Amino acid sequence: MTTITVQINDEIKAIPASLSLTDLLIHLGYQEHNFAVAINEAFVPRSQYKNTCVQADDRIEIVAPMQGG
Amino acid sequence: MNQMSEHSQKSSPMSWTVGGKTLNSRLLIGSALYSSPQAMQGAIEASGAEIVTVSLRRQSAGDQAGKTFWNMIKSLNCHVLPNTAGCHSAKEAITTAQMAREVFETNWIKLEVIGDQYNLQPDPFELLKATETLVNEGFEVFPYTTDDLVLAQRLVDAGCNILMPWGSPIGSGKGLMNPYNLNAIRQRFPELTLIVDAGIGKPSHAVQALEMGYDGILLNSAVALSPNPVNMGKAFKSAVEAGVYAFDAGTMQERDLASPSTPVLGTPFWHQN
Repeated sequence: MTTITVQINDEIKAIPASLSLTDLLIHLGYQEHNFAVAINEAFVPRSQYKNTCVQADDRIEIVAPMQGG
Repeated sequence: MNQMSEHSQKSSPMSWTVGGKTLNSRLLIGSALYSSPQAMQGAIEASGAEIVTVSLRRQSAGDQAGKTFWNMIKSLNCHVLPNTAGCHSAKEAITTAQMAREVFETNWIKLEVIGDQYNLQPDPFELLKATETLVNEGFEVFPYTTDDLVLAQRLVDAGCNILMPWGSPIGSGKGLMNPYNLNAIRQRFPELTLIVDAGIGKPSHAVQALEMGYDGILLNSAVALSPNPVNMGKAFKSAVEAGVYAFDAGTMQERDLASPSTPVLGTPFWHQN
């Protein structure tokens, strides 16, 4: 299986190549919808997950609700 | 007569409209820094706040903290105001706001773009840039700004309906460091919704802001870091009510000389000099 490396929340990870963002999130175990994603500092709306192909060296941020002031 | 903002023309002085919502509490409260989730919940309920600020943080797939927190916030039945805390550029803040809109299902955003790590002062240039983009994208921007009048005008020109000048640096508890500037903003923008955000340390600071005609206050540390957050929440609830009613009623004219409040004519031992 061909793999690529990406940064997920600042951590370098090897993942299968040619994954859509939907596939990647399933692969990582994100199941519910209380998170949002940005790739290379650009927001990716949930409606675009299926059409977004994860590329080598992508910097992916996955965030969820937390306390704030 | 005091210059009246929109809120003071309604039947109940406590009622106001912010971001399209009509509310009865002038307090916006943060959800961070409490000793426990239960302390947070108790303090927010005691404060009577109807708007709670929240944030976004990186989270791994197995971590349920975000879900647990979010469910607790939802149980409070408050409006949520997501922030862009930790952002240092317009680009970061815009992306964070877009993510927040999707997660929290609101177009409200407390826009923070920090320009200085020492005092967490907003970066006026990046703040304005981010505001212009976000207003064009349909956000209701609540900008955390300095008390600079010209920046306030630029933010209004960019489409802000709300401004949130700082009282003093975040978490300092120093209160209103520059009442002159805050008052100048109030006087210059009588119809705008103005909220003092940051630096409020004591209920008396809140009263001062609201007596000045500010529409609301936003705080976090003052309640969360009190040894008794629930009672401090209650104290702020009373303080904002006192400030709003005082502004609505109008304060007396200050005088340099004493003036007796009890009529002297006819009192025992009275002699006309």
